[in-house]
Amino acid sequence: MPLPVTPPNIRVVTLKIDDQDLSAREDETIIEVCRENAIPIPSLCYLDGLSVWGGCRLCMVEIAGQGRLAAACSTRVTEGMEVRTSTERLQRYRRTIVEMLFAERNHVCSVCVSNGHCELQTMGQSCGVDHVRVPYRQTPYPVDSSHEMFRLDHNRCILCTRCVRVCDEIEGAHTWDVMGRGSDCRVITDLALPWGESETCTSCGKCVQVCPTGALVKQGTSAGEMVKDQHFLPILARRRHAR
Amino acid sequence: MSTPMKTTVATTWLDGCSGCHMSFLDMDERLVDLAQRVDIVYSPLVDTKTLPDQVDVGILEGSISSDEDLEKAKAFRKHCKLLISLGDCAVNGNVPAIRNHFKLDDVMDRAYRENVSLQPQIPTRSVPTLLETVRPIHAEVKVDVFVPGCPPHADAIWYVLSELIAGRTPDPSKVTRFGA
Amino acid sequence: MHLEELAEKAAEFKAEDAHVEHEVRVCMAASCQSSGAAQVMDALDKAKGDGQPACKVKGVGCMGLCSAGPLVAVADKEADLAGSVLYRDVAPEDAADILGSVGGSPVERLRCPTDQPFFARQRKIVLENSGIIDPNSFKGYVAAGGYASLVQALSEMTPADVLREITASGLRGRGGGGYPTGLKWSTVAKMPGEQKYVICNADEGDPGAFMDRAVLESDPHRVLEGMAIAAYAVGASKAYIYVRAEYPLAVERLQNAIRKAKRAGFLGNKIADTQFSFEVEIRLGAGAFVCGEETALMASIEGLRGQPRPRPPYPAESGLWGCPTLINNVESFANIAPIVREGGDWFASIGTEKSKGTKVFALAGKIANTGLIEVPMGTTLRDIIEVIGGGIPDGKTFKAVQTGGPSGGCIPEAHLDMPVDYDSLKTLGTMMGSGGMIVMDETSSMVDVARYFMEFCMTESCGKCVPCRTGTYQMHGILDKLTKSQASRDDLALLEDLCEVVQATSLCGLGQTAPNPVLSTLRYFRQEYEEKLQGETGA
Repeated sequence: MPLPVTPPNIRVVTLKIDDQDLSAREDETIIEVCRENAIPIPSLCYLDGLSVWGGCRLCMVEIAGQGRLAAACSTRVTEGMEVRTSTERLQRYRRTIVEMLFAERNHVCSVCVSNGHCELQTMGQSCGVDHVRVPYRQTPYPVDSSHEMFRLDHNRCILCTRCVRVCDEIEGAHTWDVMGRGSDCRVITDLALPWGESETCTSCGKCVQVCPTGALVKQGTSAGEMVKDQHFLPILARRRHAR
Repeated sequence: MSTPMKTTVATTWLDGCSGCHMSFLDMDERLVDLAQRVDIVYSPLVDTKTLPDQVDVGILEGSISSDEDLEKAKAFRKHCKLLISLGDCAVNGNVPAIRNHFKLDDVMDRAYRENVSLQPQIPTRSVPTLLETVRPIHAEVKVDVFVPGCPPHADAIWYVLSELIAGRTPDPSKVTRFGA
Repeated sequence: MHLEELAEKAAEFKAEDAHVEHEVRVCMAASCQSSGAAQVMDALDKAKGDGQPACKVKGVGCMGLCSAGPLVAVADKEADLAGSVLYRDVAPEDAADILGSVGGSPVERLRCPTDQPFFARQRKIVLENSGIIDPNSFKGYVAAGGYASLVQALSEMTPADVLREITASGLRGRGGGGYPTGLKWSTVAKMPGEQKYVICNADEGDPGAFMDRAVLESDPHRVLEGMAIAAYAVGASKAYIYVRAEYPLAVERLQNAIRKAKRAGFLGNKIADTQFSFEVEIRLGAGAFVCGEETALMASIEGLRGQPRPRPPYPAESGLWGCPTLINNVESFANIAPIVREGGDWFASIGTEKSKGTKVFALAGKIANTGLIEVPMGTTLRDIIEVIGGGIPDGKTFKAVQTGGPSGGCIPEAHLDMPVDYDSLKTLGTMMGSGGMIVMDETSSMVDVARYFMEFCMTESCGKCVPCRTGTYQMHGILDKLTKSQASRDDLALLEDLCEVVQATSLCGLGQTAPNPVLSTLRYFRQEYEEKLQGETGA
C-alpha cells in the first residue's frame, strides 16, 4: 500500500545516518535518503518506483530514542533523527532472515538461471551467509512454464511481491496476486490459472525484470544466463507520476 | 626432509561430483608452495587408505546422502581438529539435495528401473544405503569453516588454507558465495 | 429526543410486562446452547403453556458459569443474578420442577449458590445486562436504561464533552494493547477530513478467549450504543463491525439489534432528532487470525487480502480507504455507555492507578469454574484463579496461567499475587491481551504449550513478512523436536536467537509477539526445556 499522499508544502529536515549529517525532504523515507547518499541498506522487496511493501524486513534500522527497530522503507525521516544502519545486532538479524529465506524454498544457486545475477544470492554473501543454520524446509513447488516467453519457478520465489506491484502499479494489468498463507503463499496469475492462460497478462515482462531471484525468468535461459534490467522502473514510475 | 611443523590435512568426498577436489587441484603451481606447508595424510588424491588418529584440518566435499557418508563425516569430525565444508553440496546440499523433493523409493525406481533397459534391479549389496533426506554436513556434525561455491574457486580454497596455516580465521564470504 | 422522552419510552416498555412478577431466565449464549439450553427453553415454554401469567420464560445472555450450563435463573423481575435462584446443569425434564418452584421454595437438587465467590467477587459494568435482559429484545435494552447514554451525549454534550469524559475515565483499549481510548478518540477527532470511520474489532481469535462473543451474544445494543457515541465524538458517520464468521449467534443477534435500532431511530439518519447520522454494517471475517490486527482488518473490510501494512500511518491518520478511522474492540465499546452515564471520574475510581475500570476474562483450561467473569483491574491472579475460579479440579496442583493468547505468556505460581493490569502483566513477560486465561495444572508440559501456540502463529502467519513467515516455521520445528526429546543444546540456543529476531523485526503484532509463549515458558520453566535436551549439537 502506498504511503499517503504528501501535503504540498514540504519542509527539509536534517538528520544523522551513521554519524553522517544529511538533509532530506520530510516526505522521504530513510531508505530513499540512504540510497541518495550511497549508504547501503539491504532490501529485497523495496524497489525505487514501486509502492512500499515492508515485507523482507532486511532494511530494519536503529533510531536513537526508539525502543523498536524501524523499517527504513516505511519510515519517514524527521528533524534531528539519528539512524544507525549497520550495527552488530542488525547484521545478526539480517543474516538470520536471509538464512531463513534460503531454507524456505529450494534455492539451488549452482543450477539457477539467475546464478551470479541474483539479489538473494548477493544478499547472502554481503550478509555473511556462508551456510544456513536452520533446517531446510524441503517442500516442493511447481514450475509454471505455460507462458510462451516467461517461466515461473515457485521454488525460487521469496514472496517479495515486486511482480505483483509492478504489474498493478506500472503496467496496470494486475495479473499477479498472492494466494495462500504463511510459507505456503504463492504468487499467482489471474485466479491461479496457468500463466500462459492468463487473459490479463500483456507479456510486457516487467515482472521478470523486477524479480530479484530466479523465480521469474525468460524461457530458454540456462544456468547463469538470466540477467535482469531494472533501469526502466524509476523512469517509467516518474513518468506515470508526473501525469 | 622431515617437517614436524607441517599442518596435516585430510580430505574426502561424500555425495558430490568431486569438482571441489578438481578445483583444489586447480591451485596449480600454488600446490607446490602448499606442499611445503601441509601434509595431505588422507585423501582420494593420495594413496593412504586409513584416516590417521589426529589430523589438523579435515576437508569434506559433498553432502551427506548415505549411511557411509554419515560415517565418514563422523569419523572426520572425530579425528580432525578443524573441519571444513568445501563446496555447496557440503554447505547446503546443493544438487544432491534436489532429490529431497521426491520419495526415496521413487528416486531409486527412477535410477535403477525406469531408466534401465537391461535387468533392472535395485542394488542391495556393496552399495551404501541412501538416507531418506540429503543433508548438509553441518546438519549432522559440527563444522568450523564453510567454503561455499560450486565449485569454490581455486583462489578461494588457496585463501582459506593460507589463512588457516597462518593461524588466522578466514572469512570465506569475502571470496566466494553459494553457486559461485 | 430528550432523556425524558427516552425515559417515558422505557417506562412504556416496562409497562408491557407489568403483569410479570417472576422471570425464568434461560441462558441462550453459545456455551449453554451447546449443552442444550435451547431444549430447556422449549421445555420450559411448553410446560408453562398459558398458565402462570405472572411468570415469564425469557432467553437471556451469558451468566458466566459456563461449566455449569445450561443455566437457568428464577428471579423477581427487577432482581439481578445475585438476587435470583440459579439452577445448574438443567435438563428439559427439570422444566416442570423449576416452574413449580417459582414463587415457592427452590429446587434444591439443581441449585447453584449465587453467594459463592464466583458470583460475589465480580463487579459488572460491561456485563451488567448480561444474563438479565433478552439480547434479542430492543425494548428490553431500553427498559434497562439502554440508549440513554447516546441520547444524553447527543442532546446534552458536545463531542468535546464526550472526549473529556472518555479521557477522564482512563479507559484503555481492551483488545490487548491497552492504548488510552481517550487519546485515540481525540486523535481521530482532530484529524481533518469529511469522511471518518468507526470500526468495532470483533475478530476475537485467541485460543480460549470468548469475552467478545459473550458480550455480543448477551448485549449487542450496548456495543452499538458505544459505537454511536464514539462516532459522534470523533465526527464519523459510518461504522463497520468486523466479526468472525465462526460466531454465527453473535452475528445473528447483532443483525437483529442493528435492524431494531434502525427502526427505532437509534441508527440511521438524524438520530434522536439531531443532525447526527450513523450507519453500521457488519463484515464477516473469513477465519484469518491476523485480521484481528487493525491494518489487516481494514484491508479485509476494503475487500483486499487480509494482511497488515507498516504503521505509521496509524488508522487514526490514514485508515479505512485512507480516511481517519477509529478502531476499538468490543469490550472497549461496551464500556462507553456506562462511562457517559456515570461520568469518567466514576469509572476512574475503579481499578488501579494506571488501569481503570473492570476487565472481562474468559477462564478456561484446568480450572473448576470455567466461564466468563468481570473483575476490577488490579484483582490478583490468585483471587481470579483460586477464589473466583474455584482452583484446580481433581486434586491437581496449579502450574501456570496463560494470558494474552498466542501473544502472551505463562505465569507461574510464584507470581500469582500480581495484580492484573496492563503494566504488571508486561513486567511478567506476558500481556493482558483480550482477556483469555488458560489455566494449566501439573500435568501440562510447558514445552507442549509453547509448541501449540507456535503452531497456531505459524498457521496464522499471513506470509507477508519474512521473519514471521519463516521464523514461526523454524521455531515450531525446534519446539517440535524438543517435545520429541530430539533437540540439542545448539537447537535451544538457535530457538532463543530466532525468538529475538522475530520479535524485533516482524511487521505486525502477530509476528512481534509470536515468540512470547516461548520466551515466557523459557523464563519460568527453563528446566522443562533442559530435561528434553539430547546432547550438545544437532542430531
